[in-house]
Amino acid sequence: MFARTTALAAAIATLAAFDGAAAQPLANQPPDTMAARVEACTPCHGNKGEGTSDVYFPRLAGKPAGYLYNQLLAFRSGRRKYPPMNYLLEFLPDPYLEAMAEYFASEHPPLPPPAPSEVSKDVLALGALLATSGDAGRNIPACVSCHGPGLTGMQPGIPGLLGLRAAYVSAQLGAWRYGTRTAKSPDCMQLVAGHLTEADVTAVAAWLATWPAPANPAPVPKGTYALPFGCGSQPN
Amino acid sequence: MGSKLSITLLAIAALTTAAQAQDKATDIIARGEYLARAGDCTACHTAPEGHLFAGGRAMPTPFGTLYTSNITPDPDTGIGKWSANDFYKTMHSGRFPDGGLIYPAMPFASYTKVTRADSDAIFAYLRSIAPVNQKNKPHELRFPYDNRQLILGWRTLYFREGEFKPDPSKSAEWNRGAYLVEGLGHCGMCHSPINALGGTAQSDAFKGGLIPMQNWYAPSLTSNREAGLGDWSIKDITDLLQTGVSMRGVVYGPMAEVVHNSLQYLSDEDTKAMAVYLKGIAEPSPPPPASSTLPTSESSLLISLGKTVYDKSCASCHGMQGEGKPPHWPPLANNQSIEMQSAVNPIRMVLNGGYPPGTKGNPMPYGMPPFAGLLSDNEVAAVVSYIRTAWGNRGTPVSAREANELRSAPLN
Repeated sequence: MFARTTALAAAIATLAAFDGAAAQPLANQPPDTMAARVEACTPCHGNKGEGTSDVYFPRLAGKPAGYLYNQLLAFRSGRRKYPPMNYLLEFLPDPYLEAMAEYFASEHPPLPPPAPSEVSKDVLALGALLATSGDAGRNIPACVSCHGPGLTGMQPGIPGLLGLRAAYVSAQLGAWRYGTRTAKSPDCMQLVAGHLTEADVTAVAAWLATWPAPANPAPVPKGTYALPFGCGSQPN
Repeated sequence: MGSKLSITLLAIAALTTAAQAQDKATDIIARGEYLARAGDCTACHTAPEGHLFAGGRAMPTPFGTLYTSNITPDPDTGIGKWSANDFYKTMHSGRFPDGGLIYPAMPFASYTKVTRADSDAIFAYLRSIAPVNQKNKPHELRFPYDNRQLILGWRTLYFREGEFKPDPSKSAEWNRGAYLVEGLGHCGMCHSPINALGGTAQSDAFKGGLIPMQNWYAPSLTSNREAGLGDWSIKDITDLLQTGVSMRGVVYGPMAEVVHNSLQYLSDEDTKAMAVYLKGIAEPSPPPPASSTLPTSESSLLISLGKTVYDKSCASCHGMQGEGKPPHWPPLANNQSIEMQSAVNPIRMVLNGGYPPGTKGNPMPYGMPPFAGLLSDNEVAAVVSYIRTAWGNRGTPVSAREANELRSAPLN
């Protein structure tokens, strides 16, 4: 009996020691952080998702986690096509993609100053009009009607449009117009982009890049305003 | 009264038998699901965002594009009307139930080794999943490969029908590993060199080769110079197969898919059996001839530039001496996948980076950044030349042209 008790005590002691060891960071191991795990993202998106000098790679920081997660899922399945992203994500599990999305959503590096625009005042004025009022005659809703009055987006699935360069926004709107970027049905952005002309795209993209950051760039909570029409990315 | 009791007893007996039969059927289905994973059926028969096993996945080959078939139990578009015999015939002989020839992209040259009992279990599992009504897409093969009769020629050259025969001189564990590696695992589909006809000579089994269309090099499983595992511990091999990472190196490229969809689900016993077999088939190899097509002056320049690039961009993870922080940040010193004759994989890792697969044993893997946008062809060639020759590594330098050519390699 005594021997058995001793053995049991020894086993418990071993377990406790093992637990203790597991809690300590192991020597010569990478930091157990998300920052270290997403280093594969940073050459293109910046250390905190702030973006880089390459205008085609978007800022990720501060966007709603639900939006970022949807994009990661779309890249993983190949629905959204960009081979370097498709390749990196192909064999990563859902909870990990969620954690990556949360990581970049919770980072808030400063927004870049508005970029000087290369387009004329008239083009900027058209962009401003479409973004803030839309064009009811052509079935074009205003950007602000979904992306929020401050264009900061809404939780959980509508992205803010802050800190994106004109080239990126224009490439995405173009991809939606031609159906190479798609989202869950009803694909609201595809519908909107289908009503835009190339000139509209240039104007809106240029104007968005000049928009200064509001005091609070955080996306507004879910339900702050009603969307003008159904959107698969933001189920009610 | 007496007869009533016996009827009741009979009824209970019948119920018990029915329940036992039910349990047995459930066991067979569960076993079939396990075996279907061992065979990685989903990798080909499930399209991205598609229904499980409904097929329709495009498979680019040097001969054109094949579309995989619907193997759900739908009676019209799947295998709903098949019998277990039909299924076994397909697995074993590479022929459809009506005798039609199957393109050898389906690994029947490996699956022919699968036992009848295992084939029946996989069939029982496939019969148990949800039927999906989805017509098979016709293949898009170029002339003359669109002529199925050509498969007869291929079969004569490269196909030997026959179940796995255990080697009585080896242990049961070794034989189980051999059965899994050579049969359902169909490892030879990538790890054996494929000739211009898409075939593999038996004598070349597991000798390694470039995977057509994907531009990744599947290393030899027999040569310790490549992925031969002769001097690996069993634990390092099983770690690599089950979790995707190990103290000796991590999986990447097409092998990440295999670990993700298939190997991570295998039992500890089966993984260990595979490790024992893989370690067993490795042959000690002489040191490689130090041959490089580059002039010595060019390689010395590359290697000195390579050290600068390495120290700046790689050493923070892989260590000043290439020691890494294994298992997550793999060592580059004495890492077989760096030193192989083919430099395709190290060049592609520098260009494209990559994550090992997320697995039960390693759900949040660390990834390597892609350097394609950060480094010039010269810098890529330089850093790969450096890691292939530094710290006692015995690889050969690579040229900027080789680095440049792989920039356009398909990524998935």
